[in-house]
Amino acid sequence: MSAALLEIENLNKSFRTDSKSVQALRGIELDVREGEFVTVIGPSGCGKSTLLRIIAGLERGETGTVKLSGEPIRGPGIDKGFIFQEPRLFPWLTVEKNIAADLSLRKPEVRSKVDELIRLVKLEGFAKAYPRELSGGMAQRVAIARALLRKPKILLLDEPFGALDAFTRAHMQEVLLDIWKHNGTTMILVTHDIDEAVFLGSRIMILKPRPGEIRGQIAVELSYPRKKASTAFQEYRYRVLREFERIDELAWGESGAGI
Amino acid sequence: MSSHSSAPRRTSKWAHSPPEHRNRRAVLLRRAGDALLGLLLPVAVLVLWQWFGDAGRISPLLFPTPSVIWASFLWLLETGMLGESLGVSLARTAAGFGLGAGLGLVVGLAVGLSRVIERLLDSSVQMLRMIPHISVTFLFVLWFGIGETSKIMLIAKGSFFPLYIYTFLGVRNTDNKLFEVVRVLGYSRFKTLVRLVLPATVPGVMLGIRLSLAIAWVSLVVSEMMGSTSGLGYLMMDARAMSDTPIVFVGIALFTLLGKLTDMLVVYMERRLLAWRGS
Repeated sequence: MSAALLEIENLNKSFRTDSKSVQALRGIELDVREGEFVTVIGPSGCGKSTLLRIIAGLERGETGTVKLSGEPIRGPGIDKGFIFQEPRLFPWLTVEKNIAADLSLRKPEVRSKVDELIRLVKLEGFAKAYPRELSGGMAQRVAIARALLRKPKILLLDEPFGALDAFTRAHMQEVLLDIWKHNGTTMILVTHDIDEAVFLGSRIMILKPRPGEIRGQIAVELSYPRKKASTAFQEYRYRVLREFERIDELAWGESGAGI
Repeated sequence: MSSHSSAPRRTSKWAHSPPEHRNRRAVLLRRAGDALLGLLLPVAVLVLWQWFGDAGRISPLLFPTPSVIWASFLWLLETGMLGESLGVSLARTAAGFGLGAGLGLVVGLAVGLSRVIERLLDSSVQMLRMIPHISVTFLFVLWFGIGETSKIMLIAKGSFFPLYIYTFLGVRNTDNKLFEVVRVLGYSRFKTLVRLVLPATVPGVMLGIRLSLAIAWVSLVVSEMMGSTSGLGYLMMDARAMSDTPIVFVGIALFTLLGKLTDMLVVYMERRLLAWRGS
């Protein structure tokens, strides 16, 4: 096994509200190799977004280490691309300027990279459009292109297609796989959609809530592109579902209360 | 070959552009129709006014007819009095507005960007804002004399507050979610200011400029009527003393026109700068 690009060891994180402290993540251990596509799945409140935000450097873990290429993560930066649930584009910039952001399109190398990315995320003809003229799926593709232009070591996606309708979502998943195959960018995608986790991930991490802990991982040994209607795909779905049922039973057993 | 490849691109682009781009001529015709409809009422009023005046139904002293006012206007134009007064008034407004609005922009930005400066300045500024504008006019004349300074200061005082408030609000209304985006994109503090906060503040600034300009015109009239020996307001006061009401009407019409024209200019600028917001 080659050395991991991302190494997380015994990561803990809790949030303090006025009176009490809530543990969001407990004892997270996760290694991600270069070129992997890891999907993290769990019910809401399981701390999966927090985990992603800590990897991005947007938040800090309390104890434990998080290293990217052997270096501890000190803060956000362009080596860690982040896609939020909403596209979060600059409304006053056109598509191509949103992708370029602080880089100048007058520089030929930026210009050609931006044009290439616009083709990659299938937005030809919309380079000069403003965000208000785009659909949700298109805007999210702009956000992905913006992150990719910075050649991140890892792309972190926080429920990126959660706000989209089922058809757009399926299309976006295919676009994302295309990008992954084309660029080989390491990706971690957080979702609460089992189909999405199985369809995209080369490995699925299952998180249980309160406190957020990794309760299992499943290596998906299906070749891409995967067929959602195939028996093999359904097998993996059931395996993920069974993991959640096991978590439910544990939760009942431990506290006598459901999730 | 080339036209073939560009055709689908255009349709996909047009499908997402607002409908008014589809038929320019129909739009122009509709706009002309709207403009004519808008003119209907003012023109009717003018015609009735003239007709009542000619029929001797209204007092020529209180309500000189449009044709008399027009003649006054031409006379003022020919003697050069109008040009001179207009020039003086415009220069005052430009200087006062430049000073007040400029300061409002700078202070609004500073207060918006820094919580410390906000705590230091905002409550004082809000208190000063409540001082009735007209009530300090006499003081300004006492302090700065009857010359240019008192007028420019009064206009500056009036123009300062709207731009201050809307610049401040514009800075604070910057979408918090975008601050996270620029952190992920690795922006420095300076880049965040120039590439996120300032563009996000433009809509507020444009609204502030419109309101500041309106107050600048009012302040000009007030200051020129209170103590002045030149300018459009003085021309009106002088005419009033002589019971030359047509000139008063010329003054009112000109102030209205100037206000409207500068407002249209700002709206035009707003449309160009804020094209991304759509109509």
